[in-house]
Parts: sequence; C-alpha cells; structure tokens
Amino acid sequence: MTDPLLSLALILAKLIAVFGVILTLAAYLVLAERKLLARMQLRYGPNRVGPFGMMQPLADVIKLLTKEDFVPATADKWLFLIAPGLSAVTALLTFAVVPFGPPLEIFGKTLPLVVIDLNVGVLYFLGLSSLAVYGMALGGWASNSKYSLLGSIRGLSQLISYELSMGLAIVPVVMMARSFSLTEIVMAQEKIPYLLLNPLAFPIFLISVLAESKRIPFDLPEAENELVGGFHTEYSGMRFGLFFVGEYINLIILGSMVTVFFLGGWHGPWLPGVVWFALKVLAICAFFIWVRGSMPRLRYDQLMHFGWKVLLPLSLLNVLVTGAVLLGMS
Amino acid sequence: MSASTEPPTNLIASSAQDIEGLLSLGLYALIATGLILILLLLARFLGQRTHSEAKDAPYESAVDPTGDARLREPVPFYLVAIFFIVFDVEAVFVVSWAVAYDLLGWAGFWQISFFIFILFLGLVYLWKMGGLEWGSQSARDQKRRIG
Repeated sequence: MTDPLLSLALILAKLIAVFGVILTLAAYLVLAERKLLARMQLRYGPNRVGPFGMMQPLADVIKLLTKEDFVPATADKWLFLIAPGLSAVTALLTFAVVPFGPPLEIFGKTLPLVVIDLNVGVLYFLGLSSLAVYGMALGGWASNSKYSLLGSIRGLSQLISYELSMGLAIVPVVMMARSFSLTEIVMAQEKIPYLLLNPLAFPIFLISVLAESKRIPFDLPEAENELVGGFHTEYSGMRFGLFFVGEYINLIILGSMVTVFFLGGWHGPWLPGVVWFALKVLAICAFFIWVRGSMPRLRYDQLMHFGWKVLLPLSLLNVLVTGAVLLGMS
Repeated sequence: MSASTEPPTNLIASSAQDIEGLLSLGLYALIATGLILILLLLARFLGQRTHSEAKDAPYESAVDPTGDARLREPVPFYLVAIFFIVFDVEAVFVVSWAVAYDLLGWAGFWQISFFIFILFLGLVYLWKMGGLEWGSQSARDQKRRIG
C-alpha cells in the first residue's frame, strides 16, 4: 500500500502541477493587471498578441530572455547577478506550506494538497517573508547607482516595519486555531472563517500584506516618478523579469495567506475545495489590482507613521483583546 | 492484532508521512532553485552584449554620476532597523504565549499584558523623542520640541 515509487510519482506529479499553476498564474496575473488597469483608465490594454492579447505573457518571456543582460561597470558583479534569483526563489519557496485543497484520496493513498504540512508553517512563512527582503536590498546595493540604493533603503525600512504588524495580526489566528500549521488553521475555520470572528485582525493583515507586496499605495521602493525604478533601476532583460515575476508570485502567495488565515481556505459550499481556494485567492489579487487602479502613492513619512503609530499599537491591542475574550469564554 | 501494537504502527505511519513531506519540500526547493538558476543562466547566454563608456555608467537621468553611490545609511532608517529588532523579539514572546494561552490561564494573560504594556511605553517614548519622525534634521528637532 505504501509503495515508495507510487508515493514518489504522486509527489512529483503534485509538484509539477504546483509549479505549472503558480508560474502560469503569475504570468497571467500580469496580463490581468494590465487589462484591468487599462479598463479602469478607459484604455484597451494589450490586445495584439493572440486573441484578446492572451499570448502576451509568452511574448514577454521571449522578449525578456533575448534582451541584453546589462551589468553596470561599477556594480558588484556577482551580487548583482544573483539578487533577482534570490527574490524569486524566496517567493516560490513560501508557497510550500500553503494548503490549497482538502486531502485527496488517490490509488488508496491520501495525498495532502500541500507541499509540506509543517507544524511551524506560520513561522516558516514569516521567516521566508523576512528573507525576501534580501533580494531587494542586495540588488539595490550591488547596482552602485544612487536611485537603486535609495529605493532599496526605503524598501528595507518599509518591509521590516510592516512585517511587525503582519506577524502580530496572525497571533490571534494562531490563538483561535491553537496551531502553527496552516492546514490545521484552515480545518479550524470549517464553520466560520476568522474574518468574522476577528474583524480587526483582517484589515491589519490585509494592509500589512499590501505594504509587504510593495504595491501602490505602498510602492515607495520603486516610485517610478522620483526613483526611476527604485532598486531595479539598473536591471534589464530576464533579471528584471525575475524581480517582476517574483513580485507577482509574492502577490499570489500573500493572497493565499489572506485566504488561509482569514477567509477559511478551501472551505465553501457546492464547489470543490481547490476551486474555492483559487476563487478566493484571485478575488484578493483582483482587490489588490483595484487598489492600484484607484489609490495615490503615500508620502514616506505617512507610510512609516501609519505602520508604527497606527497598525502596530492596534495589532498589539488586538492580541490582548482576543486573549481576554478567549480566556473569558473558556 | 492486539490493541497494544496500535500506537507503534501509528507512529511509523506518521513518520512515513513526515518523510514524504520532507521529501516533497526538498524536491520543491530543488526544482524552484533549479528553475531560477536556468533562467539566470539563459539570461546570461541569450542576447547580445555591447559595451561603451556612457552605457556602462550607472543611470542618473543622463547626468554624469559624481562619486560613489555607496552612501552612508541615513540615521532614521538605521533607527527603524533597531526598533524593528526590539519589537520583533517582543513578537517572539507574544507568539510563544499565544500557543499556550489556555494552559497559562489568566495569570499568563496578566503577565503578557504587563509585558506588552512596558513595550507600549517604549513605543510612546520613542514617539515622544522623535524617533519616528522623518525629514531633515531641523524638521525632526522642531517636531520633537513640539511633541
């Protein structure tokens, strides 16, 4: 029954499916964003490559791969070459703990629809989201260009500031689910999603996640009209592409984290679990795109004040209130 | 099968699942790194490369760059990094209380409340001292005097 070869084949099939779906989704999320933004600004968006511009991501990949791979003469060459890979790998690795469906019964074996159900999944997510800072920080520093350096210093401060409130917003979820494992957190939300049980933690987490993804209104590390491109000013071709794809993979992962922690993961009526999970993640991504289409960029001091003076005290308070309520009920 | 042999078989089953999980995590990391490595190498070998003095200089909106770009880290950003370490360590304590809050009961709750209150005072202190202010040195000094 526990034939090692069968297990290996199932694991490989699962991994190939995961990579296929994430990479395709990231590529088409770029297209979806361009299309939606264009519609919000009364334009058409990409519509030349294939029907409705559907082949645009493929054309973009070919173009990025065949473009010149430029390294500035004064740059720290090896760090400059490696940094985009770092940011993409950390983004991809985070998905390993995301449970995207209920366990599947196949060939008399139960196949968990998650790469690994770590019992410290929440810490793994927080740890990797800290590591994600390195790609940006090293890339900006290694470029030896002033725009890049300014962008990466800004980004560093922004990411570590919002990581605090993001981490503390998950604490009530951990308390309610009594577990660090993302699968068990989803299981605990079978009846009521934590969005309803803890309505304050959800907006704190959502805003922090938006800041972690370096998107408008929090896109100061790459503010294009003051820093040209911020930390990736000097990057070209596929290396820029990896920063870009890493950002969209990150968007998918942060969307899945919101889904897992607050929206009940794969739980939902009528439709299969995987479909519910995908729908919820896509809804969060669409929300992020919508925010980008309608918000202006914050000023840097406003950004830091909001993180330190509003979100951090609120999330600490929320932890205490949740603890008191849970203890009072038991 | 007697009942006494059941716990060991469960143990073996769960450790087999652990091994499967670790195996899939290892394979996942391997594929992810390999994929990105291939893309990085492809980017190096596809596409032409030309050099010229103006092209190799860092981009500064068509102005010739002056001096090195390795500026010294501005102090407010450095301060944020220090605050982050303080509050991140605090978060570790809060999280370790959170996983055992029901075992620790009300006593644990009051202790963690006291702990969070003290750190809250720390936040208020650096707020008052202007540690969270941005802008030029004189602007920060002015805000500190008002606060």
